[in-house]
Amino acid sequence: MAEILRLDGITKRFGPVLANDGIGFALAEGEVLALLGENGAGKTTLMNILFGHYVADEGSVHVAGRELPPGQPGAALAAGIGMVHQHFTLAENLTVLDNVALGTRPLFSLSSGRRAARARLRQLSQDFGLAVDPSARVADLSVGERQRVEILKALYRDARVLILDEPTAVLTPQEVEALFATIRKAVAKGLAVVFISHKLGEVMAVADRVVILRRGAKVAEMRTAETDRHRLAEAMVGAEIVPPEVPAVTPGEVLFRLGGVSVAGSPGLDDVSLSLRAGTITGIAGVSGNGQRALADLLSGLAVPETGTAELKGAALAAWSPRQAVAQGIARIPEDRHATGTIADFDLTENAMLEDYARPPMSRKGWLDWGRARKRAEAIIEGYDVRCPGPSVPIRLLSGGNMQKLILGRVLEAGPSIILANQPTRGLDIGAVTYVHRQLLAARERGAAVLLISEDLDELRALSDVIHAIHDGKLSPAFARGQVTVKELGLWMAGQGGRDAA
Amino acid sequence: MRLEPVEAPTLARRIGYPAAALAATVLVAAALAGIAGGNPLAVLGQIVDGAVGTKFARLETLNRATPLIFTGLAVAVAFRAKLWNIGAEAQLYLGAVATVLIGTQSGLPGPLVIPAMAAGAVVAGALMLLGPTLLKTKLGVDEVVTTLLLNFVVLLFVGYLLEGPMKDPMGMGWPKSPSLPKEARLPRIVEGLRLHWGFGIALICALGVWLVQAKTTLGFEMRAVGLNARAARFAGMPVNAVLAKTALISGGLAALAGFSEVAGLKGNLTADISPGFGYTGIVVAMLALLNPLGVVVSALFVAGIFVGADSMSRSAGVPSYIADILLASALLFMVLALMLSRFRVVRG
Repeated sequence: MAEILRLDGITKRFGPVLANDGIGFALAEGEVLALLGENGAGKTTLMNILFGHYVADEGSVHVAGRELPPGQPGAALAAGIGMVHQHFTLAENLTVLDNVALGTRPLFSLSSGRRAARARLRQLSQDFGLAVDPSARVADLSVGERQRVEILKALYRDARVLILDEPTAVLTPQEVEALFATIRKAVAKGLAVVFISHKLGEVMAVADRVVILRRGAKVAEMRTAETDRHRLAEAMVGAEIVPPEVPAVTPGEVLFRLGGVSVAGSPGLDDVSLSLRAGTITGIAGVSGNGQRALADLLSGLAVPETGTAELKGAALAAWSPRQAVAQGIARIPEDRHATGTIADFDLTENAMLEDYARPPMSRKGWLDWGRARKRAEAIIEGYDVRCPGPSVPIRLLSGGNMQKLILGRVLEAGPSIILANQPTRGLDIGAVTYVHRQLLAARERGAAVLLISEDLDELRALSDVIHAIHDGKLSPAFARGQVTVKELGLWMAGQGGRDAA
Repeated sequence: MRLEPVEAPTLARRIGYPAAALAATVLVAAALAGIAGGNPLAVLGQIVDGAVGTKFARLETLNRATPLIFTGLAVAVAFRAKLWNIGAEAQLYLGAVATVLIGTQSGLPGPLVIPAMAAGAVVAGALMLLGPTLLKTKLGVDEVVTTLLLNFVVLLFVGYLLEGPMKDPMGMGWPKSPSLPKEARLPRIVEGLRLHWGFGIALICALGVWLVQAKTTLGFEMRAVGLNARAARFAGMPVNAVLAKTALISGGLAALAGFSEVAGLKGNLTADISPGFGYTGIVVAMLALLNPLGVVVSALFVAGIFVGADSMSRSAGVPSYIADILLASALLFMVLALMLSRFRVVRG
């Protein structure tokens, strides 16, 4: 097969950070190459250089033997590179057809050529198994459908190399299967695909070859046929991964109970009943944007049920607010640690006292006790292994993992009885993920009730004693550990659970 | 071209750029003085001399700085919480109106009348800003627009008062209020020197604001709300209540500028009592990086430029408008310097 893409010695620095360190690889027509690495390993930077969003400090990119001029996405597009970003770049108020054709036609032209465009789009849909209605407005589409539009957009421009940046993060297991089928059809037609991921199972399933990045450098390159998950994981992390041990814990009483709760929103919650028991981790599986936020808001104190009942330790919720939630012993690990969990320009001391600054011993009669606040921050840094220069640096200088550890320390120090962990490991490296898992399991052994909301099914299945799937604000029945397969869970996540049995 | 944050700026970087900004300001001033037909060096010298050269000049600068400290603090407090109070001018005027009304109408005995005037002014200014703030928190109305436009409404309202109900019957037809009785005037700090206690109150306020911001839970809340309201709300802070309290403090401080000008300097109210102190307060606060103690320094700097330029224009014949340009360029250069000390420009 002919070589279609070649990267040579790509090096990129952001200030003192070496994001890419002399990375090179080649890609042939009809081949799927996986780019595997943890968050922050340099995968996205590398692809942004390839696509011309960034200019590399050193190195070159060749497409079909011709060097790409650096820093020109237009040139990359013209050379046949199509990129599907992690965060979609669609105009929501336009139709699928308009989005796909956008930028491919001259601005001023009497005939818009819509009919030809529509026919071509239908043909592509058919050829690649990407079912989508050309005249639907993008705003009305599901996340999976939007991704199909993104792929069609690239195919419509005659892409020869298709780059998919973490494409499965937003999909249900069934949608992932459909995406893989599309990828196989594409390579059968001679396209080359770069598949960026940090999920080993997917890489093994879809790729022919794997390039593994760690801390900005290429550490290994192997054929999937000649390797296994275990070796990939070791190369990616640089150490063996030990899955967490989950000791048996006898579930205790119900600490938090929702009965037929509905909350308005898009989506909110629709007739949700849920019990959180002491010594139990309850997992919520679902594609993001299916009501997880409403559920988390409810437990965090940001929202109240509109209909239905909510009981905390046997008593109905009264005067519900974030401060009330904290006072009642609810530890809240928010979904977005940058935007809601911390204040970037506050230092570690200030971030550590965000939730209890108004109470003794952090303050008395409105006067802050900075000495104690600093000591407490130092205790958290020490006790939760927060790597930082000290308690008075702004928290924005910390890595995601260390930021999360500070949040863990802040909410777990007081020995909470209920823990809301909303996407607690998203974007963390393996070391930090393991740490978060251990802390949640330790809290469970101590008798805390944990609500774990996650998009990572492996994580959910490893930690949860009970799993619900959430779809469009509705909760599936509870499944005990080991009682549900990934496939069944996927159907529930897509809102089709329970239909096969019926 | 794009900007990359400098994670840990060196001392040279943090001081070098602001110093360069100051130098650039001086250069611009010198060039303008040259264009206006003066000797650049002499003009600059005369500005400095006019600001601090004599005892009279120094006292004049302190007097001019007094209302700027109040309005600068008002803006600094509000901006810290990202409450964009552009209405210090209106709050100042309402404070002045309250001061005159209480001073001339209340009939309170001597020792009580000054505290009553100050309290009345604070309440008037605080309520003036509370309205737009509640509109912001309840209905999402942009406070930049409301506070800015209310400045004109209030100024016209004061014009009406001075032509109507509050007009001085002994004023020979001039639109001015009756004068305050002697016991309602702020005493001078040192007998015989033209510097009134308004300046002292301004310094105490600066210290007070600094204490609140650095040492109290309210100050912590105000800073948190300003930096990230979403995180503040999630952590349990009553964001809307914090903004309302911020508005009361900010509006009250701006109104004290009006109180101090009427009771300390002028003795009565005219429609031109403030040559834009409310707006200049924004410059003062920005130059001070919203630090309340820095506001005192930057208010003295700004007042010095105005007083110095006035005196220079009398002797050198260069228009005193040079002060406005000086101030504007100082602010622009300083903002640019602060950005450059935190970010570096990278090509590509």
